[in-house]
Amino acid sequence: MTTRTSLEPPVAPPPPEVSRLRSLLDFYLTSTRLAIIRNFQYRVANYFYMIGMLAEPIMLLVVWSAVARSRGGSVDGLTPGDFAAYFIVWTLVRQMNIAFTPAAWEWRIREGQLSGWLLRPIHPINYDLADIGGWKVAVIVMWLPIAAVLTVIFHPTLHPRLVDVLVFAVAIWGAYAIRSLALWLLGMVTFWTTRVGAIFETYFAAELILSGRIVPLKLMPAWVQRLANFLPFKWTFGYPIESLVGRLPIAQLVGGLAAQALWIAVGSGLVALLWRRAIRRFSSVGN
Amino acid sequence: MERFRPARVAWLYFRIGLMNELQYRVNFLIQLLQSAIALGTGLVVIALVFSHTKELNGWSASQLLVVLGIQILMGGVIQSLIQPNMTRLMEEVRLGKLDYALTKPEDAQLLVSVREVRIWQGADVLTGAIVIGIAIARLQHGVGLVHALAFAAAIMLGAVMVYCFWLIITTSAFWIVRMDQLVELFQGVYQTGRWPVGIYPTWLRFGLTFLVPIAFAVTVPAEAVTSRLHWTTLLGSAGFAVLLFGFTRWFWTVGLRHYSGASA
Repeated sequence: MTTRTSLEPPVAPPPPEVSRLRSLLDFYLTSTRLAIIRNFQYRVANYFYMIGMLAEPIMLLVVWSAVARSRGGSVDGLTPGDFAAYFIVWTLVRQMNIAFTPAAWEWRIREGQLSGWLLRPIHPINYDLADIGGWKVAVIVMWLPIAAVLTVIFHPTLHPRLVDVLVFAVAIWGAYAIRSLALWLLGMVTFWTTRVGAIFETYFAAELILSGRIVPLKLMPAWVQRLANFLPFKWTFGYPIESLVGRLPIAQLVGGLAAQALWIAVGSGLVALLWRRAIRRFSSVGN
Repeated sequence: MERFRPARVAWLYFRIGLMNELQYRVNFLIQLLQSAIALGTGLVVIALVFSHTKELNGWSASQLLVVLGIQILMGGVIQSLIQPNMTRLMEEVRLGKLDYALTKPEDAQLLVSVREVRIWQGADVLTGAIVIGIAIARLQHGVGLVHALAFAAAIMLGAVMVYCFWLIITTSAFWIVRMDQLVELFQGVYQTGRWPVGIYPTWLRFGLTFLVPIAFAVTVPAEAVTSRLHWTTLLGSAGFAVLLFGFTRWFWTVGLRHYSGASA
């Protein structure tokens, strides 16, 4: 046993050099876990929110089922059971598509939130991705009972293979990543102009029609389907749903994941580029 | 003169709201754009549906256009006159600021229902009216005077019922303080009004008629325009409106007794 005689404060040894990737991983695990815990506390609020979002798919499901029945049971090969499967899976994919809304960027800049971010060593998009990603985990768990109830009511025709389930499990996170990047890009426009409402509205309208949100893209005119292949929207919405319900050939399943990877790469590049230019225009507000 | 006091109070607040809103004229353009985009997507869905079928549960494309027009119009009424008042009421209950309204020498329910006006949100009323006009022009048969009157009555009754629905839900804020998700919830459910409630399964049709009175607010007026309204439906609509209004009044007074304020 030794006693300290010097009055100098004990100095901790320098932390071991950790790789950047490992610390980022650690950051993700910790923030995601915190977000999961926090969101399970607000179960009622979350359910309210999720139930409010059921009106749209139920409406579309009922309408398209009515169309199928008026044509003697199916429209372009899709039966009411197929529509039920499509729109029930839709409800989960819709949740996965929720990311930080571009409209709130104005608030983010005005309130000086960025000032704090800029002092930290990692790119701020990671905060959004980790935090909202954790919320997604909570949402997926809370979605299961909703899916069960919808299944009992609407009798979906759903016989996925194992590979469909696996691809779907990856594709919903790919969808989340693409949409997060896209909305970040849109939101950052706020650095240049505050009249952004019109841009957002136009983007969301295009997305609504070209993503497979209002109807399986298969029922769209052929030129719309071709156009949708070259835009990001389909890969965040229609493709994940169809990967589970559409019995797509393996080539299309894998091709879809590749398309998602491509859009993630493009989106990440653009976010990195635009962010560097954007913060040059940012004049800090105290925080 | 005393008898018209509620109307005079409402008119006064309407004028104040109007003057307030006229300062922000650019908002009208933004609203108009939003209105146009919402209409555009609504039309795309109808066009898609009718590219695959000739009629939907007995409704033709033009008749469904009437439904869409009324849904947009009623949405404009809700967003410009009803919803702003109700969100303000919720907020004031939470913050205890409702005291200011309660101490005024006027009926509290009247006051909390007329204080806010968002005229630019009324762009939807205009858009809806235009859509209804176009749709009627495309209908095979015209709209007779009786049906026009029935339409006017039905849409008025519908607006009253939606108001009652909102006030009942908002009054719950006296017990359950946080009601933030409610606006979103209503807007989600209101979308279902784009289609006649007859296409929905029974349980949902019941909910959209008696729990959230969308059937009375949109489908019944649309039935009047498309000459499929039976007079008993209109009578039922009037009866339910009276019942609902009475209940709302009673529920409001009960709720008010639970309000303890937060000032002082």
